Amino acid sequence: MPEPSRLWGENLTLAYDQSVISRDLGISIPDNSFTVIVGPNACGKSTLLRALSRMLKPQSGAVHLDGRLISSYPSKEVARRLGLLPQSSVAPDGITVADLVARGRYPHQKLLRQWSRSDESVITESMEATGVAELADRMVDELSGGQRQRVWLAMVLAQQTPLLLLDEPTTYLDIAHQMDVLDLCADLHHEREYTLVAVLHDLNQACRYATHLIVMKEGAVVAEGEPSDIVTADLVEKVFGLPVRVVPDPETGTPMIVAVDRRGTIGRRARGGAETDGAQEAVADAADVSQEGDADQDGELLEKRSA
Amino acid sequence: MTATTPRTASPADAPATARGTVRPGRPVRLGRVSFLLRPRTAVVFGVLVAAIAAVFAALLMLGEYEIPLPRVVAALAGTGERLDLFFVRDVRLPRAWAAVLVGASLGVAGAVFQSLSRNPLGSPDIIGFTGGAATGAVLTILVLGGSMLQVSLGAVVGGVATAGLVYLLAMRNGVQGYRLILVGIGISAMLTSVRDYLITRADLTEAKAAQVWMIGSLNARGWSEVIAVAVCMALLLPPLLALGPRLRLMEMGDQSAQALGVPVQRTQAVALLAASALTGAAIAVAGPISFIALAAPQLARRLLRSNGTTLFGAALMGALLLTAADLVAQHAVGDARLPVGAVTAVIGGSYLVWLLYREWRTGRA
Repeated sequence: MPEPSRLWGENLTLAYDQSVISRDLGISIPDNSFTVIVGPNACGKSTLLRALSRMLKPQSGAVHLDGRLISSYPSKEVARRLGLLPQSSVAPDGITVADLVARGRYPHQKLLRQWSRSDESVITESMEATGVAELADRMVDELSGGQRQRVWLAMVLAQQTPLLLLDEPTTYLDIAHQMDVLDLCADLHHEREYTLVAVLHDLNQACRYATHLIVMKEGAVVAEGEPSDIVTADLVEKVFGLPVRVVPDPETGTPMIVAVDRRGTIGRRARGGAETDGAQEAVADAADVSQEGDADQDGELLEKRSA
Repeated sequence: MTATTPRTASPADAPATARGTVRPGRPVRLGRVSFLLRPRTAVVFGVLVAAIAAVFAALLMLGEYEIPLPRVVAALAGTGERLDLFFVRDVRLPRAWAAVLVGASLGVAGAVFQSLSRNPLGSPDIIGFTGGAATGAVLTILVLGGSMLQVSLGAVVGGVATAGLVYLLAMRNGVQGYRLILVGIGISAMLTSVRDYLITRADLTEAKAAQVWMIGSLNARGWSEVIAVAVCMALLLPPLLALGPRLRLMEMGDQSAQALGVPVQRTQAVALLAASALTGAAIAVAGPISFIALAAPQLARRLLRSNGTTLFGAALMGALLLTAADLVAQHAVGDARLPVGAVTAVIGGSYLVWLLYREWRTGRA
């Protein structure tokens, strides 16, 4: 039974139509933590995030936000307490950075009060926090992927929610921009004491940045806790099916996962444990076949040309 | 009320604030009401209203019996010659109002449909609504003989039934833009062949009546029709305008909109219902006038350089397009009074093509 925090769920059964992703899942996001959810593809990380942000209605069970059922709040009220950066958002054609960030103020606006003084200062602040202030007048569709991601983050920040859920915020970014985004998240966590929940793919980044790590497999939580307490070679092998070594990160001392060198062993596995020689032969055979294939194609081409 | 005290500007954010980069427009505050007014929006709205007024005046003045402007004004005020009073107040005024209201209805409805389907092709013309209404009306004309009221009802029933069918077939976890359009095109094609079949079976007079109705016309529209559309607009326009901000957020994707606190499914349902009713009212009065619903929202959006649907702009643009088209239909081609629908396609279509061409050339689209 998870202990109550600002955001927690109990007995969650999560499903799309008939295909059940998670069954009887209990989850609690520790207050003021930087929680990172990791797990193999299709293990239900994003689904869980969607359930926690009331995008997906659980088939059974319930999500609680600030002591009440999340489904009992009006939509705008949830959006004032909890922000979500979805995996994919479409920037409208011809929108400027400032306009897009301004849309994050929607939950604070009313039909008749569409622009308050605080809107303006919050938008400026959010753009500065994410380093996009100097792009304010640029069109969003002219920006690079990294800049665009920071603009979307600025929009979510403009919502001013102390709880932030980020679904793979680093996808499609190069390593430098990935680190930029994660550093920004860490700053939000430290300086503003935001509670962050992020789905990440990179285990090393997850271990470095998370104060609380949730490891999922096949819709269930396999382990959770501080990364240095829970991340072991056994756990990673069990969850991802990949033999690894865990060493301390030379920079931070957090667990760092290094894949075991398997070169030369994959062919052997595929052949059900045949000897190394056999594997090498197989590789040689494959090379022959491809050469023959090339020769055939060339022959055909020649024939076509002469015809 | 969230009374956030404005933070004292740190040196870092001073330049951004000083350049005013965060403001997409000029904040307007009237008591508790506050909104952002973009200068361009104000200018474009002003120009559109002025243009509508000019065309409206021309509609009242021109005709076989021409009436100069001062006498039109006098007639509107209730003084003047009997003939002036008759032509201005009983003949031309209701027709002009019908053009304004039907045009505005179609513009708004088109904007809503396009926004919900996230596709400029998602207008009622394309997704089967107009075709359904036309089929309903043709059936009424050919089978029941059809008074004006019967034909209108037939159109509304046909339109709503078709829209319902299209939504049912296109619905899966909410409305998906492409599916809506593809299903709509399919249903429209089938309805066209049904209409063609009905018309080939009809006798000549009825077939012609049906054909004229299908092009869309404002000929001989009187006060009762004007009042009918006006009531529909008064009921449906305010809620739709209030949904405007939500629609703009939903254009960023359902998830993003939901994350910002938009109840997506409910908004979709309400907007679809209201926009369908508005289209139905417009078609019932004027027939399936083509192209206004398709072109007006796009034209308004481009003129405003807006980054989302502008329902009010679409309403003004629709009204302008239809009044202008009616002016041309009545007076441009000698004695032959064209049905207005024949003109809307030409005006709206060529303007849209010209705009798109210009944007492609300048590389903006």
